[in-house]
Amino acid sequence: MSLDALYQQVILEHAKERHGSGFADTLGEAQAAGLGESHQLNPVCGDEVTVRVAVADGAIQSLRWEGQGCSISMASASVLHDLAEGASPEEFRRLAEAFREMIRSRGQIPGDPEVLGDAAAFEGVSRYAARVKCAMIAWVAAEDAARQATG
Amino acid sequence: MALVSIPAPLRPDSADPAHPSDLDDSEVERIRHDFPALGQELGGRPLVYLDSGATSQKPRSVLEAEQDFYETRNAAVHRGAHELAVRATDAYEEARAAVAGFVGADPAELVWTSNATEALNLVAYAFSNATLWAERGRGGSELRRFALGPGDEIVVTELEHHANLIPWQELAFRTGAALRYIPIDDDGRLDLAEASRIIGPNTRLVAFSHASNVLGTVSPVEELVGLARRAGAFTVLDACQSVPHQPVDFKQLDVDFAAFSGHKMLAPTGIGALYGRRELLDALPPFLVGGSMITTVTMERADYLPAPQRFEAGTQRISQAVAFAAAVDYLRETGMQRIAAREARLGERLAEGIAALDGVRLLGPAPGEDWYGHPRFGIAAFDVAGVHAHDVGQFLDSRGIAVRVGHHCAQPLHRRLGLTASTRASAYLYTTEAEVDSFLASLAEVRGYFGLTSKAGS
Repeated sequence: MSLDALYQQVILEHAKERHGSGFADTLGEAQAAGLGESHQLNPVCGDEVTVRVAVADGAIQSLRWEGQGCSISMASASVLHDLAEGASPEEFRRLAEAFREMIRSRGQIPGDPEVLGDAAAFEGVSRYAARVKCAMIAWVAAEDAARQATG
Repeated sequence: MALVSIPAPLRPDSADPAHPSDLDDSEVERIRHDFPALGQELGGRPLVYLDSGATSQKPRSVLEAEQDFYETRNAAVHRGAHELAVRATDAYEEARAAVAGFVGADPAELVWTSNATEALNLVAYAFSNATLWAERGRGGSELRRFALGPGDEIVVTELEHHANLIPWQELAFRTGAALRYIPIDDDGRLDLAEASRIIGPNTRLVAFSHASNVLGTVSPVEELVGLARRAGAFTVLDACQSVPHQPVDFKQLDVDFAAFSGHKMLAPTGIGALYGRRELLDALPPFLVGGSMITTVTMERADYLPAPQRFEAGTQRISQAVAFAAAVDYLRETGMQRIAAREARLGERLAEGIAALDGVRLLGPAPGEDWYGHPRFGIAAFDVAGVHAHDVGQFLDSRGIAVRVGHHCAQPLHRRLGLTASTRASAYLYTTEAEVDSFLASLAEVRGYFGLTSKAGS
């Protein structure tokens, strides 16, 4: 498998642009019905991501993050931001499950752009067992933060 | 005496011990034929293995020594009177003598452990057991010199591998002693002026690495041991990155304890060794207790054998010890001085090539720089501006090049250098100049691949 299948152009672009990075624009406590924050660390490589989720009117109004790590983990957080904002907590839960299923499939489950949007570009990661955690770290943080925000 | 002959490594016929010839590429090509793993292709590309700092590949003679042990001499050692048990015990103790001799130690001064981490923990736990024994009035007055408490200080350095840091953090916690460290400067150089202020009358133990697994430097052992001696402190040397790569004599270095692992020096995983001055090992309380390390046992208490058996409870790593001896035979026959000289050349080639690349920061000494009077050995770690170490490693892996990425079990060192991770290339006796050059050529492409021009700062 070629390296380009892992590092698809959309991943390299997200890794640079980092959509949703920084907490400056986070929805305040006053405006949100529920807030959640989760910090996740990968002790193997030192990658870390903190995700803040604000829920109001039955939808994730804002998902912002801060972190440092490899291009896969940073791009994944950027895509996560784009996909999660505006989704209902239940839609987000299903999305995260579909993403996890693809990432952990060792190349068996192709990414479906209809379901996963830009996140489908991470299908190549599933063939690299050592990089699965990189792709998942922001999503694990987001799931935890969303649970807090809706709990 | 061995029951079968183990093939010796190839070596030049004209070897003159007084004037050893260079270990050149043609001899290295012959050496490589002894290492089955090195001949592999990965994804259609020949493997370029530059991760020997993490673990070395193994020559056939080591693999065969382990297999031969199981086929001809397998039995438990130091128990049982049957013929196989005698053969196994002989093989086990001959292996100890061989590995001890390799580092200038007497056989009774070398304790087998699972790895270097266990060896360092063994010293730390023996010291805290001594503290406990002394508090409870057990053992003689000779134990008091190991006992630690509030007001005592343990000193390490800021560049330690976690294996030579955390055992001392925990020993300090258990005993109430304070842990202090010798700082490094922005480049990673030990502050020796600060060391002479930190190591003083309260210092009881100084633990430091002989060679840095990140910076590629050899530490100023003489200065640090001198400071510790004047303070009356014990010394513990982490020799994991020195014993595999250069001639080492622990007695000459005048350290009290030293740890190294087999798997980094051609031996199997699962075995390491602790060196300790004999009178210290015999006086320290045991760490792990159980079978094979006792004299008399009653339902209430036990008396313990002298070292090294005192520290080898339970069934031991026998085949690994035998294979470890085959590994040091291989290294000895190749010549440690020649290996060190070759690795210094490869280290310099790596350093020069890495430092010449735009947007790549070499860690440790600049090319041509000697720190503490020693050249860089065959390790070079670096940071590629704008590209995470894991992405660098992934790119190199796609070319069949195996390097280490991450913090290399040295988080505080990386933090001090302003990094969370780095990429590391490490060489050994089987590494060719062509491999180093192929790695450098691929490294030169990394920033371009990730969309960073070679001229951009970060």
